[in-house]
Amino acid sequence: MGETKPNPDDSGAGDHRFVLRFHRNDRLLHGALMASFLTLALTGIPLLFPMAPWATTLAHLLGGYRVTGVAHRIAAVTLMLVFTTHVARLMHRLFVRKDYGMLWGPRSLVPQPSDLVQLLQHFRWFVGLGKRPRFDRYSYWEKFDYWAVFWGMGIIGTSGLMLWFPSFFARFVPGWIFNIALVVHGEEALMAMVFIFTVHFFNGHLRPDKFPMDLVIFTGRVSVEELKHERPAEYERMVAEGTLNDVLATPPSGRLVTMGRLVGTLAVTIGLTVAGLAIYALLH
Amino acid sequence: MRLMIAATTGLRTRTSLGIFIVAAVALDSSARAEGGEQKPAAPAAQASPSEASPSNDECLGCHSNAVDRSNGRAIPAVSDTFPDSVHGQINLNCIDCHADLKDKDLPHTEKLAKPTCSECHEDAAKAYDNSVHAISRSKSSDSAAPWCSDCHGVHDIRSSKDPKSPTYHFNVPALCSKCHGDQAIINKAQIKAGNVPAHFQDSIHGRALTKSGLLVAPNCATCHGNHEIRRASDPKSRVNRANIPKTCGTCHEGILNVYETSVHAAALREGNPRAAVCVDCHTAHDTQEVSATFKMGLVKECGTCHQESMRTFRDTFHGKVSTLGFTRAATCADCHGAHDILPKKDPNSLVSDQRRTSTCRKCHAGASDRFSRYDPHADAHNREHDPILYYITLAMKGLLVSVFAFFGLHTMLWLGRSLVTLRRLQTQGRRNGGDKA
Repeated sequence: MGETKPNPDDSGAGDHRFVLRFHRNDRLLHGALMASFLTLALTGIPLLFPMAPWATTLAHLLGGYRVTGVAHRIAAVTLMLVFTTHVARLMHRLFVRKDYGMLWGPRSLVPQPSDLVQLLQHFRWFVGLGKRPRFDRYSYWEKFDYWAVFWGMGIIGTSGLMLWFPSFFARFVPGWIFNIALVVHGEEALMAMVFIFTVHFFNGHLRPDKFPMDLVIFTGRVSVEELKHERPAEYERMVAEGTLNDVLATPPSGRLVTMGRLVGTLAVTIGLTVAGLAIYALLH
Repeated sequence: MRLMIAATTGLRTRTSLGIFIVAAVALDSSARAEGGEQKPAAPAAQASPSEASPSNDECLGCHSNAVDRSNGRAIPAVSDTFPDSVHGQINLNCIDCHADLKDKDLPHTEKLAKPTCSECHEDAAKAYDNSVHAISRSKSSDSAAPWCSDCHGVHDIRSSKDPKSPTYHFNVPALCSKCHGDQAIINKAQIKAGNVPAHFQDSIHGRALTKSGLLVAPNCATCHGNHEIRRASDPKSRVNRANIPKTCGTCHEGILNVYETSVHAAALREGNPRAAVCVDCHTAHDTQEVSATFKMGLVKECGTCHQESMRTFRDTFHGKVSTLGFTRAATCADCHGAHDILPKKDPNSLVSDQRRTSTCRKCHAGASDRFSRYDPHADAHNREHDPILYYITLAMKGLLVSVFAFFGLHTMLWLGRSLVTLRRLQTQGRRNGGDKA
């Protein structure tokens, strides 16, 4: 049960230093992603479950057909901009800074055999049959979250654009494709929403280790102590590489923490509400 | 000739009545045309009241004022209303209606019999005899159904063209409301339609009549008839389903002409009692102007017969937007038309292969033939009809279920493990605390 019990050999117990896990621009991108995703979810869900008893009220509360329609499209464009900015940053990192470590290895988000191993180890630990896996920079569930956005952007974004500009797309595809686009857009969005608002929220924030929320995505900083506990492999690797000092950062400012708590609480509230509405509609 | 007619006025036999009619018709056939079923009473205009016995003057001796009789009941006064009435205007004698008074000694002691209007107004009476009102009266002695005088009045009967008449065009709804707006009578007579005037007064017809004062706006009688008001279930009724298009078409002739070409009219002609007629969409007494909201409400109406189409429509973008109460998206009539609905295989149909694209263009300006291959009634549950959609939906649901099955389990196990660990740490902490203490 080494995940919370400090290792007696670990001199880092009570280590109050911080490391920078997410750069400011990545945090800003995640903020824009949150805002646009929540807007898309809120404005889209009445159309996904129009027969649900809450649907008409919510749709009118949000400003009606025109307002929700415009808001949904603004949020969609925002999300597409977030996505392209992120991809552009990746390209820059890869081709300009020649950071090939992002493609494979412990710092990479690319799924690797070790992820499968850690997934199995994690399950063994869940049932008390082994030690907690020693995660590095990105765990397998974080990689799943990350790539789910890529998949979702492709599926929801493409189908959404088709539904937005049907006359244009009908130059290339027959009309019945729009029937499919609507179903795919809705089903995939439903999956994305419920996944983010339950699994992602739990993994990132609501599980007992993190409850009520992990502020790292708002402050960008994680304490060395927490790093050692959460991602021992990353900590040890950075110590071994001698790169830990490069990422040491000032503690998060009070303003940043307050802002993080506010935004996080708001996002979790909206998200859980939307998830609740969706689950209610699915069960009725 | 006039003398002969005058001589007949006092007679009550069938033969003399026949002569009366023949003579009257000969005298003034235009009156008949104008007055509808009313027999012209004009000949009496020249009759001298002095020839009748008792004369009008003799009657008015008592019936001028509401004089109290010894028994406390007032003698009905007629002098102030009768002269202006349609019968007073043509100088009818009292005994022309109160025939049982003829040659009686005055003052008469017994109550006079109810006058029989049919002697002069034969057609109206015949028509009335077929009416739901007459049938009700014949079935029950205490029926609330109206008799001639209940609508037309008694001594104060005025022409229906006289604005003061209760049967004047604008006054008819109020007249019918006396019974059809009275809940006690509605209950007693078991009138299924309920308080119809309350609905009618807010309808486009009711407002056109009472607010806008349009003589061309219909009142109750325009649709239901006047003397011959029949039950809607009666095949001869003007408001029987089979006859409704024709009844509405008396005013809305252009619409009727279009409707007659539609699939619904064809079904109606073939005797399909469920074929849509005017009132199914427009209602009988709540008729509203055709707005987007009205059209949206019609989806349910179309869906009473076209259940599958309504279900599949609800699953599409058009249907979802409409279900939320927004009128921007197309509903049934926007694509299928309204009065001119034709089956898809008919080239004139708005949704036929020939006309589909131009129908889509009503909203989607850039719609092409390829665009119009969109299926506004696609059914993701129908493998035979929409196999691609069916399997894609199935795959999406499969993905959703597997993702949540996996992560549901993952989350539950993790939560359980975390709670167990947390608890262990707490007890450990307490034990350590105890050791220290």
